[in-house]
Amino acid sequence: MTLELQGITKRFGALTANDHIDLEVRAGEIHCLLGENGAGKSTLMNVLYGLYQADEGQILLDGEVQRFAGPGDAMRAGIGMVHQHFMLIPVFTVAENVLLGHERALGGLAGAKQKVREISDRFGFHIDPDARIEDLPVGVQQRVEIIKALSQDAKVLVFDEPTAVLTPQETDELMAIMQQLRDEGTAIVFITHKLREVRAIADRITVIRLGKVVGEASPDSSTTELASMMVGRPVELTVQKQPPVLTDNQLEVSGLTVLDAIGQKVVNDVSFSVRGGEVLCIAGVQGNGQTELTEAILGLQPKATGSIRLNGRELLGKSVRDVLDAGVGFVPEDRKVDGLVGEYSIAENLMLDRYRGAPFVSAGTVDRGARDEFAAEKLGAFDIRAQDIHTRVGTLSGGNQQKVVLARELGRPLALFVASQPTRGLDVGSIEFVHSQIIATRDAGIPVIVVSTELDEVVGLADRIAVMYRGGIVGIVPAATSRDSLGLMMAGERPAAAEGAAA
Amino acid sequence: MNDQPRDTDDPIEPTEQQRVGGSPDAGQQPAVVHAPETTEVAAPATTVATDDRTVEQEDPWGSAFRRIMGGNLVMAVLAILTSLVVGGILIAATDERVQATSGYFFARPSDMLSAAWEAVAGAYSALFQGSILNLARADAGFAQLIKPLTDTLNFATPLIAAGLGVAIAFRVGLFNIGGRGQMLWAAAAAGWVGFSFQLPPVLHVLVAIAVGIVAGAIWGGIAGLLKAYTGAHEVIVTIMLNFVALWFITWMLRTPGLLQNPGSNNPISPAMVETAVLPPIFGPPFSLHWGFVLSVAAVAFCSWLINRSSLGFQFRAVGYNPSAALNAGMDVKRITMLAMVFAGGFMGLAGAQQVTGTVTTGFTSGIDAGIGFDAITVALLGGSTPWGTFFAGLLFGAFKAGGFRMQAAEGVPIDIILVVQSFIVLFIAAPPLVRAMFGLPQPGTKSRRRRRDEAALRAMTKGEQA
Repeated sequence: MTLELQGITKRFGALTANDHIDLEVRAGEIHCLLGENGAGKSTLMNVLYGLYQADEGQILLDGEVQRFAGPGDAMRAGIGMVHQHFMLIPVFTVAENVLLGHERALGGLAGAKQKVREISDRFGFHIDPDARIEDLPVGVQQRVEIIKALSQDAKVLVFDEPTAVLTPQETDELMAIMQQLRDEGTAIVFITHKLREVRAIADRITVIRLGKVVGEASPDSSTTELASMMVGRPVELTVQKQPPVLTDNQLEVSGLTVLDAIGQKVVNDVSFSVRGGEVLCIAGVQGNGQTELTEAILGLQPKATGSIRLNGRELLGKSVRDVLDAGVGFVPEDRKVDGLVGEYSIAENLMLDRYRGAPFVSAGTVDRGARDEFAAEKLGAFDIRAQDIHTRVGTLSGGNQQKVVLARELGRPLALFVASQPTRGLDVGSIEFVHSQIIATRDAGIPVIVVSTELDEVVGLADRIAVMYRGGIVGIVPAATSRDSLGLMMAGERPAAAEGAAA
Repeated sequence: MNDQPRDTDDPIEPTEQQRVGGSPDAGQQPAVVHAPETTEVAAPATTVATDDRTVEQEDPWGSAFRRIMGGNLVMAVLAILTSLVVGGILIAATDERVQATSGYFFARPSDMLSAAWEAVAGAYSALFQGSILNLARADAGFAQLIKPLTDTLNFATPLIAAGLGVAIAFRVGLFNIGGRGQMLWAAAAAGWVGFSFQLPPVLHVLVAIAVGIVAGAIWGGIAGLLKAYTGAHEVIVTIMLNFVALWFITWMLRTPGLLQNPGSNNPISPAMVETAVLPPIFGPPFSLHWGFVLSVAAVAFCSWLINRSSLGFQFRAVGYNPSAALNAGMDVKRITMLAMVFAGGFMGLAGAQQVTGTVTTGFTSGIDAGIGFDAITVALLGGSTPWGTFFAGLLFGAFKAGGFRMQAAEGVPIDIILVVQSFIVLFIAAPPLVRAMFGLPQPGTKSRRRRRDEAALRAMTKGEQA
């Protein structure tokens, strides 16, 4: 089936989110829709899926003009969508979720189970139709979404930022599935802003910027070319940095073991050290103990044993307050949950961890003058795009939210800086900025730990790389280590020439 | 304009300024000696501000909670007006003359309509005259004219204090339904000080109230402690502690030698000593006592505590997002407990006001008079802000003061007043309902989106020209 979008225009009031967009997707090809967050990709796909009505232009399937009043029409016409945020009911089983909305068509629960098994076998998914969604890992949940779309005989499948929530391995597996689907003749629209994925899988690439098609790119284009097209200006993708100048500051972690709530070792006898002036990147697939490791440093893990010494002072067993007061700056993995109070203004968030004593509090009262002055300064210095310092942080974009977190954490005297997934969910422009801030912190002689699941980021930032696997450190290797051997280490294989876990 | 959420669909906001060099602003030099080499950091030439996906995935209860809390003044006024209309319909429907005349409505509709009008107008005029200005006795002097107003303030006094006890807990994300128990302990403690000690006049009443506040704070703190350190839900705990307090104090009131009035078999305490009674502010004929001033002071204190103090900053942070508060080094458990201590303290003030101001002739286990529960309504109507609670408390005080007159003068059942109050809560708790009734735009729909889009477009075109 060939899908054609002709001159699609969608306006919201005076704003044109999509401006005469033409797009053609043929059966058996993967068509990438590349663009920054907010470029209008999602609007376009919502028009296609019948969630929005286009103001101008038309949708054609095999040359026939279609009118979609809602997603139901789109589904019946053979368009399926795998949403970024899954549209699944967590307490339902796989089969029940697939059945939902198509009770008759699938022939009841038995039919749905049959269908799940059938599709599951076809793609080698190994999904139990009776498993509850909430018990499944994210990657598997996504497969359920795919099964749900395929169970409606979708001929055109739209993947909306499907890799945003996946680990590198799950991403690779998803790509294999997409290729298999393509080979079976499905037309695939792949929406993303990740350049590596685009180059790996796309047959054709359409770049969208500010609601308009900027052009088509060939899959052979370099990432720099693609990024420049996407952002509309030359982009520096590699992190510029000088060789590290080590200082005497030092974080030393030895024999750190963290138990989770049920007594299992989530961090297992981890030892490493970071000197001032260098960046130690902790790589690894999500869920191999990185989160718990950083939380243990911050004092959030009650069941941690071993030793964490910062400039000779023991941090383990101290409260979060004491750890922060010892000069630890921390960028949490999930900024919305752990980093910011969405209802607070930018100014309030910038003093979130300095609610006692100078400079913001005197005699138990918040000094609004000092707070606002600090906030105004940071707003400029960190280029936080907002109306003013009293804007609620929850209304900011992810990039600006992360800048608020960075401005706060780097805004006080530091002895150690720990950043967990610092660029997750950010666009190219913000990533550049965050990376430059991390490197500048390192160059100020502060020990820096960056936890990331993005191999590009790890390789770009690190002076040394520690790879974690199942709670332990597989090895600590120089930044120049090849991606292949890093990949093997992430799967638990010990490198031959590594420094060893105790390095 | 600040509160417009960004959407995934919005185009990129263009650059307005250039930013060169990104050295982290470490405030003062960190504890590092080594001077960093001048390092060129890749300077983003023109950074494009962007929108990332901000799809909120919050739990539905939390957002419902926030919606209830986030009511504004317009909504409160509309809710009150709507409930007055509904109340009017009920007053008319329950009026005997209206019922009688409705039998021949189609023959002479004017009879029923005028009866209905008289019933409603009479009832609301009685409400007004009973709670604000007694126009009927205007010729008897200014004092008689404004006496209802002072009655309103008198009724509002404990409601305001207790409302603060709910409001402050709300702000920390806690639902304090334990007002009854906290007030009872406070009343018992303040009452005990009031009837069993002999102290100098002003000091005695102040000590009694202080002891009451402490007692309420302890009872609230127990609930907070259980919530913070065991995870027991504060709603369950506070409700159950109400019963513990109620029956414990009933027992003490029944037991000679504890709180029972010697020489009495009834579960009632002795009367307050003269020095332990809150003196009237103006003297006869006004019954308004200094407790009202204490309530106003409590509002002012609460306002400072929530909005200006370091502790309030932590309170609100924990209320909005405990995880972020934890990561910022706040002791969430301690804050949870402290919030309940303060909540219990405000409730304690209300309980102490009851024994030292409202009922000074000896109290029973009904001394709380349901104020602990009315306080929830007051706090909701006041949007959980201190001054909002103050005005909501005044309104409910007016309902109480006027309600008696409505009943006495017009024969309107007191229950109808309660129905009106309950409708106010219903409308306050369901803003979309009121918005739908008045055709106001629901948030997050078109008009707001349009405004935002227009702003984005303006920014966009500006950027393109540049």
